[in-house]
Amino acid sequence: MDDRLGMGGRWRVLILLVALGVLTIPIVVGYVWIVISTFSQRTYGLVPVDALGQPGGLTLRNWSFLWADPNIWRVSLNSLVLAVGLTIGVVLVSSLAGYALSRISFPGRRIFLGTTLVLHAFPSVTLLIAIYFVLRWITRIPGLGRGIPIIGGFGYNTLGGVILVMLALQLPLGIWLMKGFFDHISWDIERAALIDGCSRLRTWWQIVLPQIKPGIAALSIFSFISGWNEFLIPYTYITDQQKSTIAAYLNSLLGDTAPVNYSQVAAVGLFQLIPVIIFFIFTQEYLLSIFAGGTKGGA
Amino acid sequence: MPESASAISAPDAGEVRRVGDGASLRSLLGPLLFMGPATVLVVVFFFVPVVIVLAISLTDMSTATGFGSWKWVQFENYRKIVSHPNTGQVLGNTIKYVALTLSLFNVGMALVIALLTTHVPRRAGFLFRSLWLLPRLTPSVVYIMMWRYVAADAPYGILNRHLLGPLGIQPTNWLPAQPWLFVVLTNGFIGASFGMVIFTSAIESIHRDYMIAALVDGCSLWQRVRYVILPLIRWPLLFVTTYQTLSLLTSFEQILLLTDGQFGTEVWSLWAYHRALSNYWGNFQWGFGAALAAVLVLIGIVMALVYMRYFQFNQLIQEPKIEAL
Repeated sequence: MDDRLGMGGRWRVLILLVALGVLTIPIVVGYVWIVISTFSQRTYGLVPVDALGQPGGLTLRNWSFLWADPNIWRVSLNSLVLAVGLTIGVVLVSSLAGYALSRISFPGRRIFLGTTLVLHAFPSVTLLIAIYFVLRWITRIPGLGRGIPIIGGFGYNTLGGVILVMLALQLPLGIWLMKGFFDHISWDIERAALIDGCSRLRTWWQIVLPQIKPGIAALSIFSFISGWNEFLIPYTYITDQQKSTIAAYLNSLLGDTAPVNYSQVAAVGLFQLIPVIIFFIFTQEYLLSIFAGGTKGGA
Repeated sequence: MPESASAISAPDAGEVRRVGDGASLRSLLGPLLFMGPATVLVVVFFFVPVVIVLAISLTDMSTATGFGSWKWVQFENYRKIVSHPNTGQVLGNTIKYVALTLSLFNVGMALVIALLTTHVPRRAGFLFRSLWLLPRLTPSVVYIMMWRYVAADAPYGILNRHLLGPLGIQPTNWLPAQPWLFVVLTNGFIGASFGMVIFTSAIESIHRDYMIAALVDGCSLWQRVRYVILPLIRWPLLFVTTYQTLSLLTSFEQILLLTDGQFGTEVWSLWAYHRALSNYWGNFQWGFGAALAAVLVLIGIVMALVYMRYFQFNQLIQEPKIEAL
């Protein structure tokens, strides 16, 4: 039952739905194409065709990159490391700071809160040029800049450096969200724990964090998708193809001087899209709310 | 959102506060532990870069000078911006890009979708809003690839094949033919979801009495939108407009992927990026690029402070719940 006011008659609802449908076509069409295209030799518009241009030509050959192209698994693994590293980092640092801002009175708290808010509105993408120099400096710090397994280090041209930059740029949002979640849970249990002599850190870990699992889940999904999708920051700060991510790799396929074989490239694109679609199907409510608050930079 | 916490008042501070040197040391150590990582990251990746970008904009640093033999040139880079032959066109492009995308999509379409999805059955409305979120979730490279195929020349392109062909319009590759159309569309379909979500929650939180009154008075749908809904959501409208202006002004990722500034679509932020970090000649002009970026950084700082002031974000800063322990 829908009790919305002023819904009007059945016909008006139908007209509104048709209008919505028409406006939404440009969005849907791209996804329809990418699915059809990856299973076709080529496509004319949305119609799969064979080498002679006749309708038909369905094939699985476009997916051969999964075993024929050694790069794909390396760049996918890099993207996965980026996404997971970013998620752990953002959740850990944001929930620490968010807890302190929500629960502890310390000198500079108001300043930090105000700064977080201003930074949340500030377009961090304008700092890319300057961050390039920061990363080059970090590279020179012994033990930190380079030579760390898996992430390579935290300097320029390392996966760790990209994780660190993205982590920092997402912090204003993360801290703000986490503080909001902490603000909305009752502090009775926590207070009892503190009075009983439980340390702040242990209280945070054992008493408070378990109560904001939905918040942590939402921030994790957001961070994971951001890391997995990110193009600009790895593209800017990673120059080795060995260390590049799937988005940058896909872009290099599109940018090749030879005429683009759309069907093969589309398969790589769909491959990158799969985890996102899975999250999209199962966690739409989370995403609708968090991407509204979380949108930064990109348009 | 649950409101249980706000209903409970803060404890009487004096009642439980411990006094003593040991305690005060510990009370400082705690916050340090919690705030330390965030503080370091914010300083290293926000504050230091702001200083760096301003400082480098006053130098002639480039690949030619390297990091060793550059020198301070005061405001030379800014003078260069003013006198540069491309400045006028890039500025025009930027205004065109921001104005068109903002009015048609980030505010206009966002409002249309929010209004439509709140006037159809709830489940259908939710489904459509989810679909409109999809472009924002999609990896930007994949998303732009889809649009390139939409615009591609016959016989491949979707637009030529399914819309313009049947209408008898000569097929072409529409991306170079109508670059601005696709710049606005690609950015717009991503950008609309921000306003859509905010407008939707604003519309849904309008008190039922207003709607009932309007219905009793026999308002048509259009009158209800014009005289009830729009006036009541003017604050979110203003917020989305200003916030998205800043976002669009500084965003260039989609344009970079779509045209890379070709066909006369170079905007200010992309120009800065090209000059400092990515150009075909491999001659990175960090000084000049930083000056271009510094203009945007300063606009960003001013506008961020303005939001803080006028959207009363300060009121969100409530006192902590347990500060006594």
